[in-house]
Amino acid sequence: MWKWLHPYANPEVSYHFTGKILPWLGALATLFLSIGIIWALAFAPADYQQGDSFRIFYVHVPAASLSMGIYFGMAIAAFTSMVWQFKLADASAAAMAPVGAIFTAIALITGAAWGKPMWGTWWIWDARLTSELILLFLYLGVIALHNAFEDKNLAGKAAGILTLVGVINLPIIKYSVEWWNTLHQGSTVSKLGKPSMSIDMLWPFVFCFIGFALLVATIICIRFRSEILTRNSIRPWVRTLVSEHLSKHIAQEKNNAI
Amino acid sequence: MQFDSFSAFLNMGGYGFYVWLSFGVSAALIAGLLFSSLTSHTKVIKQIGARQQRENKLRQVRKNRQNSTTNNPNEETQ
Amino acid sequence: MSIANLSYRAVFSLVLKRDLTIAMRHKDDIINPLLFFVIVVTLFPLGIGPEAQTLSRIAPGIIWVAALLSTLLSLDRLFKSDHDDGSLEQMLLSPHPVFILVLAKIVAHWLITGLPLILIAPLLAVLLHLNEQSYGALMLTLLLGTPVLSLLGAIGVGLTVGIKKGGVLLSLLVLPLYIPVLIFATSAIDTAALGLPYSGQLAIIAALFIGSLTLAPFAVGAALKVSTN
Repeated sequence: MWKWLHPYANPEVSYHFTGKILPWLGALATLFLSIGIIWALAFAPADYQQGDSFRIFYVHVPAASLSMGIYFGMAIAAFTSMVWQFKLADASAAAMAPVGAIFTAIALITGAAWGKPMWGTWWIWDARLTSELILLFLYLGVIALHNAFEDKNLAGKAAGILTLVGVINLPIIKYSVEWWNTLHQGSTVSKLGKPSMSIDMLWPFVFCFIGFALLVATIICIRFRSEILTRNSIRPWVRTLVSEHLSKHIAQEKNNAI
Repeated sequence: MQFDSFSAFLNMGGYGFYVWLSFGVSAALIAGLLFSSLTSHTKVIKQIGARQQRENKLRQVRKNRQNSTTNNPNEETQ
Repeated sequence: MSIANLSYRAVFSLVLKRDLTIAMRHKDDIINPLLFFVIVVTLFPLGIGPEAQTLSRIAPGIIWVAALLSTLLSLDRLFKSDHDDGSLEQMLLSPHPVFILVLAKIVAHWLITGLPLILIAPLLAVLLHLNEQSYGALMLTLLLGTPVLSLLGAIGVGLTVGIKKGGVLLSLLVLPLYIPVLIFATSAIDTAALGLPYSGQLAIIAALFIGSLTLAPFAVGAALKVSTN
């Protein structure tokens, strides 16, 4: 049943496969993102309550949900690598961590920039912003653990354990922060509740969301490919690939010189 | 088009600074990530290549030394 | 009787006794985190001012954050010396389940660092003018919460024990995981100060305790296997 998947467990096959789909992913991401962003910035109607500051929503919400999604993706990769001793999954988890951290940072910064006109302060201990901040800490922990080990295979295993511990804790942290927030909520008026979405607001959002998701996939693919190369650097196929690449590079330089 | 002029577009109904700040910072972060990912890929290839060249050179040297010892055994014994 | 057919309970008590004996020989290992706890708590009134009202308002948070930090400080020793002299590897190679060995070590760690912390906490609560109604809640939350700190912290130590400069990394890994305990413990103490029932928060901390008690030793075992390679 799952046999068609087996070839992709081979690093060489998945390296070439990702190399093939990478340009398509990149092109689609650029297409969706450019349509989505231009639509969101220039053509989508302003919110009747928040005015044009509502346009931050088109970056903030995709970034926030993708940051959570990438963490779950990392956890799934860590789980598969731990249960089936599947080394490529470690490589993919290592590729996802920095991307997730950057998108968490984007969600935080855009959240702050949205909060300033809406709440009057850059930072508010809002439940969602706080759990996003903690998610950033979890990401940074995983990245730091990755960097602390010399051996990439060991690093992948250790980071996988931490990711799984984190993913069990993440819902607990999220709910405890939400509960804490309702307990301590003072006189702040939360205007960032559900914005009333009309259809002409929703479409650009759909484009932005798909565009950002494709962009994430593209970047993860690029990083995944370099992770595969570093982990398999002594394999013959990597050696031939690298020497071909370098000879092509040298030939190009010679051509340029002439 | 929601805006009458380009300056109105930049102004964003008074929220220009916040809107452009968040879009700008996001774009900068993503561009940085994309750039670092791409350069790290070529860097990895170059690193592996450099190590390969070093190994080849070492192998060459070893082979030469072996050849010289097998060709002139008299020199060794003297 | 050979070592291989010891019962689980015998293994547990053997490791526990061994760790406690080692700790008793290095008494400063017990005293230093405690001293750190006391000093951190005394620094807060000096930084904020001596008004009793402010202090009693923030006392639960200060005591709990200081407890987190001092636990973190003591965590490093949980597996470090055993890893350095190779006895950790011997333990992992032994025929007994890693779960039992790890649990015994964590219990020993809690007895050495968590328990003294609980005993000294009321004294610090006096210094911070904690509300009189909150003492019970403080003790109960510490009693249920500090084992969670030891259990979760052990995962971080297991992951970083093979790394040379693991100390700072450990805090980065472990502190985010401590947040739920901190939130519910301080809220229980605050609720108690108002004279309201705080059994709900206690129940949640108890649930965290049971959950980490059952799951954390497995994670620690896996982490130690990675670290000792």
